[in-house]
Amino acid sequence: MATTTKRIERSWLGQVWHNGLPVAVVVLALLVVWYAAACAMNASAVIERVLTPSGNPWTWQDLAAATWSMERPVLPAPHQIALDFWSSLVDWPLDSPRNLLFHVAVTGETTLVGFVLGTLLGLLLAIAIVHSRTLDRALLPWIVASQTVPVLAIAPIVLVILGSLGMEGLAPKAVIAMYLSFFPVTVAMVQGLRSPQVIETEMMHTYAATAWQSLWLLRLPAALPFLFPALRVGIAASLVGAMVAELPTGAAAGLGARLLTGSYYGNTLAIWSALVMSSLLGLLLTAVVGLTERLALRHRHT
Amino acid sequence: MSTPQHSHRTTAVAVVASLVAATLLFVFHPAAQGEAPPNAVFWLLVTLLGAAALWTIRRVAAIQGTRWDGMLTAGLFGLWVLYYWQVLVVACEVPRVLLPAPSLIAQSLLDNWPKLWGDFEQTVLKAVCVGWFVGSALGFLVAVAIDRMPFLQRGLLPLASLTSTVPLVAVAPIAVMWFGFEWPSKAAVVVLMTFFPMLVSTLAGLQASGKLERELMYSYAASYGRTLWSLRLPAATPFLAGALKVNATLALIGAIVAEFFGSPTVGLGFRISTEASRMNMALVWGAIVVAAVTGSLAYALLVQLERRAAFWHPSVRGK
Repeated sequence: MATTTKRIERSWLGQVWHNGLPVAVVVLALLVVWYAAACAMNASAVIERVLTPSGNPWTWQDLAAATWSMERPVLPAPHQIALDFWSSLVDWPLDSPRNLLFHVAVTGETTLVGFVLGTLLGLLLAIAIVHSRTLDRALLPWIVASQTVPVLAIAPIVLVILGSLGMEGLAPKAVIAMYLSFFPVTVAMVQGLRSPQVIETEMMHTYAATAWQSLWLLRLPAALPFLFPALRVGIAASLVGAMVAELPTGAAAGLGARLLTGSYYGNTLAIWSALVMSSLLGLLLTAVVGLTERLALRHRHT
Repeated sequence: MSTPQHSHRTTAVAVVASLVAATLLFVFHPAAQGEAPPNAVFWLLVTLLGAAALWTIRRVAAIQGTRWDGMLTAGLFGLWVLYYWQVLVVACEVPRVLLPAPSLIAQSLLDNWPKLWGDFEQTVLKAVCVGWFVGSALGFLVAVAIDRMPFLQRGLLPLASLTSTVPLVAVAPIAVMWFGFEWPSKAAVVVLMTFFPMLVSTLAGLQASGKLERELMYSYAASYGRTLWSLRLPAATPFLAGALKVNATLALIGAIVAEFFGSPTVGLGFRISTEASRMNMALVWGAIVVAAVTGSLAYALLVQLERRAAFWHPSVRGK
């Protein structure tokens, strides 16, 4: 028994070694390249503004140290971003616009509301399409075709329309996040709801199952493996939608707004911190969907 | 019971009749032209026409047939949506800010054609085309380069797959800071967005050739390069084509959204965001029509290209 445990442990460690080491090496290489690039890209500004005015002769070490600690660098060094990121989390209260978590809350709320609404809409639409030949023939080609169109470009129009209808704040942004996430869900669910084989639908038929029973007991469970990849795509799209929706409104809060103000004032560190934060938010949201998928499909062997 | 031939003829007659009736209503009823407030007769006619439209769409959808019959239903449906958009927006005098009528959008498309052509040139021909090509080419080359290095593959692949969950568009302000307001900054965003899907797809595609075929190449004593050129790259074409198609859409989105962050006074994204803030919605819709048509055409073009390039592949042959 003990040996088995040990062997499993070793193989688990081996797994980490096997998969983790290459990633670690690549990340390390990226960091080295990053530091070198920061040195190269900031050098001219540093020489002009810091080293030459001081009058003292300077060495390569001085140059490197100065390029990695500039106030408004062209490319900030990773540790500068990490420090700025950390200080924004720790040094400011949660309700201050200088705290990134404040922006994460705003953008995350929009993303989640839009995602849930979009998923519900996509599910309903897919169920309707599967049960109606007319909708299938008339509507589905348009939904599929809309995937090739930059639908995100409609965001400013949605904001103007909803704004003149008196909707403000969360709602217009959530609508944009919603319509970005509903397309993939609809397309995947139509495919998934149709995935049961003829023999299975015929068995439901011999049980005299109603359309609802057949949907609930056969089609929906069969569609789950199609649903979750679409949800992962959908929540990433929803986040992009929520961030882009913050741009034209001149919103004061949210990661998109933070990026925009950062670029107005040339505050590079703030831009990079917001970028890191939005990446983390994207990873977290996708990870939650992935975890739900694992929980929901843990008894499946596919 | 009528024969299928017979019922098809009935459907065709009904479609033509309803379209003629719709045209007559549109041309001759003052309310449809916005010259008089809609009265009860107008609403009755519109409702009847709507019922007829639904009935004909159902009839057309019920036709069993080839792909083109399906396209026919979708086309008819789109036509009716456009028609009702036009008639109802004009009759109910919906404010232009809310929803301009299609005729107004078409008018503004014609009036502002030189402007929109300039935007198209700036955004699509420069930023999107250059960025899409460079990003896809880089992704492809890197994937081929690390094909023989499983260590690097295991290191890069997880990171590359993670990028699909990250809002890469958000690098736009940094790109603007580095490359200026002109199109190169948009192209840089597009390069970043299109690089990773191509990398991941190419790596997957290079693994797609069958064991049997690879062993055959081995038995011919084919070199690595020869196997790559004659077997593995051809086997990867559906993956490459898929990535190119995904990238075409991503590139358009990237370029347009990057222009929201700052651009010269030309470009589709610039046009959309500034005209929206000036409430000139007809022109905004015009710019969106240009973007949508570009996206669909690019996709259709790539599908055709895939059929030409991979005509022998099972995934294409069946269509």
